[in-house]
Amino acid sequence: MLSVTHLTLQDVHHILDLAADLEAEPVLSRAQRLLKRRVALLFYESSTRTRTSFELAAKSLGADTVLVSALSSSIEKGESLKDTGITLRALGAECIILRHPSSGAPYLLAQATQLPILNAGDGIHEHPSQALLDLRTILTRRLGAKQAQSATAQTLAGLTITIVGDIFHSRVARSNALLLPRLGARVVLCGPEPLLPESAAAIGPNLVIDRNLDRALAQSDVVMMLRIQKERLSGLRLDLEDYIARYQLDAARLAAHAPKALVLHPGPMIRGLELTSEVADGPQSAVAEQVHHGLAIRMALLARALEATKTSTNKTKATVKTVKKSTRR
Amino acid sequence: MTAFLIRGGRLIDPARNIDTAQDVFLRDGRVAAVEVPGKLDALATQEHAEIIAAKGLVVAPGLVDIHVHLREPGQGYKETIATGTAAAAAGGFTSVCAMPNTIPVNDSVETTRWMQEPERGAVARVFPIAAATRGSMGEAITEYGSLKSAGAVAVSDDGKPILQDVVMHQVLAAAARAGLPVIQHAEDTRQTQGASMNAGALAFRLGLRGMAAEAESTIVERDIQLLAGLHDSRAHLHVAHLSTAKALDAVRRARRNGLHVTCEVAPHHFALTEEAVGDYDTHAKMSPPLRLQADRAALTEGLLDGTVDAIATDHAPHAIHEKEQEFERAPNGILGLETALGLSLLLLQQKHSMPLSRVISLLSAQPAQVLHLTGRGTLAVGSFADLVLFDPAEMWMYRAAESKSKSRNTPFDGWTLPGRVHLTISEGRIVHDARVRAKR
Ligand SMILES: [Zn+2]
Repeated sequence: MLSVTHLTLQDVHHILDLAADLEAEPVLSRAQRLLKRRVALLFYESSTRTRTSFELAAKSLGADTVLVSALSSSIEKGESLKDTGITLRALGAECIILRHPSSGAPYLLAQATQLPILNAGDGIHEHPSQALLDLRTILTRRLGAKQAQSATAQTLAGLTITIVGDIFHSRVARSNALLLPRLGARVVLCGPEPLLPESAAAIGPNLVIDRNLDRALAQSDVVMMLRIQKERLSGLRLDLEDYIARYQLDAARLAAHAPKALVLHPGPMIRGLELTSEVADGPQSAVAEQVHHGLAIRMALLARALEATKTSTNKTKATVKTVKKSTRR
Repeated sequence: MTAFLIRGGRLIDPARNIDTAQDVFLRDGRVAAVEVPGKLDALATQEHAEIIAAKGLVVAPGLVDIHVHLREPGQGYKETIATGTAAAAAGGFTSVCAMPNTIPVNDSVETTRWMQEPERGAVARVFPIAAATRGSMGEAITEYGSLKSAGAVAVSDDGKPILQDVVMHQVLAAAARAGLPVIQHAEDTRQTQGASMNAGALAFRLGLRGMAAEAESTIVERDIQLLAGLHDSRAHLHVAHLSTAKALDAVRRARRNGLHVTCEVAPHHFALTEEAVGDYDTHAKMSPPLRLQADRAALTEGLLDGTVDAIATDHAPHAIHEKEQEFERAPNGILGLETALGLSLLLLQQKHSMPLSRVISLLSAQPAQVLHLTGRGTLAVGSFADLVLFDPAEMWMYRAAESKSKSRNTPFDGWTLPGRVHLTISEGRIVHDARVRAKR
């Protein structure tokens, strides 16, 4: 799975369904699902959270995992992504989970290896598993665990979800902004101009920009806070104090404008910057639940990718073929 | 050297406003005679000329491409002067102007001469464009007088735009004195750092940094201002691979004000839009990038109304391993020599009803005029025996695997195009012969 745009609502429903099944399944039976299947985690960027989540998900389904990180030798020696992928496949990898600093890198890897690739974050492009786990978190909170598999064009109708912060550099924001409106949500993007260009609202339907956090909060059922990197702010000549004053989510602001909203954060959080500890640890925060849902979603993505490869009717392969066709030489 | 009689064809020579049935006699690398059909038969017999049957074919001046990258010296793994000119010949081109971003940069008389030596194995005439500044570093200007004597037909730092106002001013002034056009790759690289496609919603969705239209138009506008400030009628600014409606408007206004500003457009910019990037297809990555439909339409309009002076390919070969990289890491540029005629016929003649002679003019007479390539781009008696014979209606399929270029980087692989080239003659030598249909 390279992008949420490749998923139909049917696919999303199937993933949510599978996540619920796998979560409910007894541990020993679940561990038979992908017994001894080989999953490679290819990480060109460090990421404790996403890597651990994928690794645990694979292991709990019985798969063998191998981690190839940026610090391992072949990548260091300047081997191309294509060759690294071919090597992993030759070593028996049946699926590759890729985290890479270049937008679109998973497309290249899919084309080079013809293996199912799970995009664990590419450049500033997408982080599809994060959007799916955010969706599951929202559904569980709003509709209860029993209804959390619903994925139709109406599932999130009437709901306003605000994404706040460095939208431009956020793959989490892109995946969510491309996925949630398709289930009926209205998505508000909130941030200062250099971190949120006007073109952002044009990437899909049901997206609007509101640069005023208080006004955005007042409309919101869900608030998704993004991590802010200090270096990025200074690079764009944005004053940190000013940013905090305008965009930090603190308890007073939340109570005044969105006392019922659910607060999400993809992590890692910088407490005291994009949000305060009171908010992060408060009753409206679903941060810990997000991590929990992440495991279930990633189990479902792995099962879907690998169980499908056993049969010939296989969605990931179809995606790979599309990629191949459009990048033919 | 043998003589040829090109017999029974439809002669199109836009420089002389000719589009009629005429025979052409070539002798000693020059056009010796052009006459009504049959009138040169006796001469051909007398001189034992080889008869070339051109019935059903257009006989046109060999095409002229004023913007190619032949990669020699220094990057023979991408292309050589021999392979690049072979691709040119296959596409109907007999004159190509080679940009100086070689290794080393062509900023010297020695390199300029080296590129033109017979040992390079060129099958089309190579006209070097010398670097405008030393090493194309944008600081110290090169020796235009001696570069011109060595064969340079223009100066440019293509790929590395001249940003400093004072330097660009010096370049324009010195080139005016030397009688050389200045070709600018108009891109404010301060605005395009890390960018790999057109700026806008698509770039945002793909998570790629974008190059705004303004990064091109502001440099074009700045250059026009500097040109106007010179008050030197010899000064000539040529805008390379113009890609935006905004920059085209600037050129249009400057021309209306009587300034000597010319511009070229690349076939990919009127054939494709940014949508071709698709799922990170590096064959749709070039600089300037593919733009919006509105820009594409404006360029087509500019070609139709005469604002655009020439079609130039920006032929930029890259090895397979270089293009098979992450989109942001892959180098800019695509092949262009073998598809320029076909794309121009398809999109300008067939789709927008541009007269055939105008298409040919934009690919021969006009580019030759822009860079003062005397005796090229026309079939007037006495000019070079540079010809292309093609059937404008005959459809053919471009297959990258069969390209004469050393590289394969093209988004047009598998495209069916009109105007199959049957024969290319460069200075009286047959350099591409596809009269017998490919054996497959
Ligand atoms: Zn250029």
